[in-house]
Amino acid sequence: MVPIRTIPVEPGSLTYPDLPWIIEHREDRCTLCGHCTTVCPKECLHLAYRRQRMPRLDVLSNKRGSEYRTFTGIRQRTDMAHACIGCGMCAMVCPNEAIMPVPNSVERRTLFFTNQKGEAAKRGGRRNAPGATLLDRIIFDRISMLTDPALDAGRHEFTVTTTIGRILSPEDYLARRLDGGWIPTTREVFPFIIGSMSFGALSPNMWLGLLQGVAYCNEVLGIPVVMCTGEGGCPPWVLKSPYLKYIILQIASGYFGWDEIIRAIPEMQCDPAAIEIKYGQGAKPGDGGLLMWYKVSKLIARLRGVPEGVDLPSPPVHQTLYSIEESVMKMIQTLSMAFGHKVPVYPKISASTSAKAVLNNLVRNPYAGGLLIDGIDGGTGAAYNVSMDATGHPVASNVRECYLDLCAQGMQNELPIYAAGGIGKNGNVAQNGMALIMLGASAVHIGKYIMQATAGCLGNEQNRCNVCNLGICPKGITSQNPKLYRRLDPDQVAERVAETFMTIQTEVKKIMAPLGRSQSLPIGMSDAIGISDKDAADRLQIKYVC
Amino acid sequence: MCRLALKTAREPFSPYDVLTAMEAMQEGYDGSGLGLLLRGMEFEDFRYNPKFPILSGIAESEKAWRRLDSFMEERGYELKYDHKFHMKRAHMNGKDRYRYFVRAYRMPDRFADADQDARETELLKTRLALRRDGEEHGGDLSVFSFWPDVTMIKEVGWPLQVGNTLSLHDGQIKARVCMAQGRQNTNYGINLYACHPFFIQGIATMTNGENTAFVPIRDWLIGRNLPGYIGYQSDSEVFTHILHYTLKHLKLPLQIYKHIITPLNAAELDKHPQGDFLKGLRDACRRLIIDGPNAVIGTLPDETCLLVMDHKKLRPATVGGREGVWAIASEMCGVDAMIPDRDPALDFQPMREHTVIIPPQRKELTVWSQYEQFPLSQAA
Repeated sequence: MVPIRTIPVEPGSLTYPDLPWIIEHREDRCTLCGHCTTVCPKECLHLAYRRQRMPRLDVLSNKRGSEYRTFTGIRQRTDMAHACIGCGMCAMVCPNEAIMPVPNSVERRTLFFTNQKGEAAKRGGRRNAPGATLLDRIIFDRISMLTDPALDAGRHEFTVTTTIGRILSPEDYLARRLDGGWIPTTREVFPFIIGSMSFGALSPNMWLGLLQGVAYCNEVLGIPVVMCTGEGGCPPWVLKSPYLKYIILQIASGYFGWDEIIRAIPEMQCDPAAIEIKYGQGAKPGDGGLLMWYKVSKLIARLRGVPEGVDLPSPPVHQTLYSIEESVMKMIQTLSMAFGHKVPVYPKISASTSAKAVLNNLVRNPYAGGLLIDGIDGGTGAAYNVSMDATGHPVASNVRECYLDLCAQGMQNELPIYAAGGIGKNGNVAQNGMALIMLGASAVHIGKYIMQATAGCLGNEQNRCNVCNLGICPKGITSQNPKLYRRLDPDQVAERVAETFMTIQTEVKKIMAPLGRSQSLPIGMSDAIGISDKDAADRLQIKYVC
Repeated sequence: MCRLALKTAREPFSPYDVLTAMEAMQEGYDGSGLGLLLRGMEFEDFRYNPKFPILSGIAESEKAWRRLDSFMEERGYELKYDHKFHMKRAHMNGKDRYRYFVRAYRMPDRFADADQDARETELLKTRLALRRDGEEHGGDLSVFSFWPDVTMIKEVGWPLQVGNTLSLHDGQIKARVCMAQGRQNTNYGINLYACHPFFIQGIATMTNGENTAFVPIRDWLIGRNLPGYIGYQSDSEVFTHILHYTLKHLKLPLQIYKHIITPLNAAELDKHPQGDFLKGLRDACRRLIIDGPNAVIGTLPDETCLLVMDHKKLRPATVGGREGVWAIASEMCGVDAMIPDRDPALDFQPMREHTVIIPPQRKELTVWSQYEQFPLSQAA
């Protein structure tokens, strides 16, 4: 039967209550300045003419009638491509508080329509699972109270650093000192590391702001923060600068940017903090990077050694990263050698049930400098929705399992374990990080928290914003469009980086002080933590408290 | 906070001297335990030869006592001396123990030509086997030490009361080194093995305070799978084992102990003459960094005595004395009680970088600073 289009309704037609966000517009306050429509990254607002009937009643002549007024109002588009993402930029720029997006509390029908043009839904951000995470529920309960008063976080001296790199057993260390053998290099760093966010994913202003902030933390505040580059390399001027020592260079499955790095080696003034080899990412296990053409600007193209404006998806597993065993032979040793065995090299894997096998493989490789385990709550610039929401493994139990495995072998911390994925998801960054450290991690990597804290990233756990992959980031954090990233002032980002790390440092001390710890980071201090969930307590082998 | 007292003298003295010092410091403990370690033994009714190892502990029943006897016999030990305490059970308010034993043995003939290491390992293994035997029988047998020239006594109760129960004032037992700790039971349960001092292969330490880094250190030490690194009913036991590990397994000089438990920070190590070596050592031994507050008092097999602080230095400890006799105590009044006729102006309270050593000659104190260079071939 031939359909009759008497009314404009199609299978994919949606209306306001079907969308995750509904624009509330107060016409009485609106001056029609147009700021909101200009700034909306999804172009979901548009001006439209509206007509309103004005009932008229002439009481004396007992006549009824109508008058009509025409006015310009703001309407919300309801097609998927232009659906509001709730970023709230309209509210941010409105001079009269006349507009804002409101989360829709009813069932969202858009879930059925996120496959436009046959493409599965993709987004940036991280798993949208609101509510307290397991890490949020861990409390620090071993308070020094009976014989020893708690320390004063403000006055006592605290050692809040950790090491990147392989740590020898005391016997090995002494034997190698005597024989003049090779002693792996270690770096003393702040235990909260800025996690890998690709140079291509972040805007140049964001990246510069982070680097400036990190340099300030190190050189002025004395907090030895390091940051990781992520896939895409590092600008040559940074590679040849003294700031390289604050940077962990990542080599990922696409090898993007490594030509530049290798070329810069002879001119490097100092060694990078470490080399991270990415095998997997907690937010999209089994996926590589998904940098699309609209984010491949001239600068990115030059750094990555590719043409401008072409899609650059990194392969999930490159041929040379065929297996972790092979990579032990090839990548770790090769990269360690490239830097004269003076730079710690460690792999990053997504948390999984096989993490322990990987760990045990690395433990027996003298060139492996650690293992980074990235959990399901980790963030990414772009991933399939289904990967982000439903694929992966939580980080806490994985890290704990690996740590206890090392303990059983008497090799605790010899191969440091780093944890990433969802630390600071609900804002409790120091608490989440310290909980993981007490479960056995030597340090934690934080990515999205840093973006949220330092650049005002709008993403939250209600599926808000999350358009990092589209290059339309309204704050200019993950966009390569100069019109957008000029909104972000690198100096202000740097200032926020410094503020953030000063705060984290204070909070870390506030956690360590009542536990009576000040001389070393409480790695594996599992007697200090408890949780009011019996099953979680059993699984993590920590105290059950209620 | 526990109270600690150590006295070392050229002339053997009664352990009761040290218990009187404990009495002077009595406000610091709660009667949840007393530990005594005596070294350089002298018995009134026996001419003791220091090559005979002494087994000391408690048998709770006659059955346990018989088991101990036959175990030692089967292993080839010949009993040379069995000390009988003049027990005054009326003073005892805790559990009525069947027997406190202090017995000197001749080592089995098979060790006649054995080297020092083999003999030391045998003594350790015998002690552990007896301890395990006691644990398998509902804790009816506790063995605190088995080593030449060393006696250990541990009991729940007030120090003076324990001393009176065992008639330690009668002069039957004397020693050149005596250390005592009155235990303020803190976070771990009341257990005889949890009383300080802790002992392993001639090395003993005791502590006042709390080691908040206990669990990770314990996990690491247990992971070594070395004989004797067991127990850990107290957070302070790891201090003894770290000292043992430093001296016996790593074969490093005593100065290194302080560098392992409380390393200097990076800026300080940059200026240290052996900074490069020590930085590497700090990394390798990072898991052994203690977090006090603690003062650690110890003795070594050659009768050297030592006192170190943790880095926070939130626990008191004083050393004082004169040539031939020295005392270390957690309180000044404890030193006063042990050596009243010294010049108190020469008392020394170590800072966090110091290791106070009383060498076996007992002529004068040695104070090592962590900032100083020390002799070590590896560090060259």
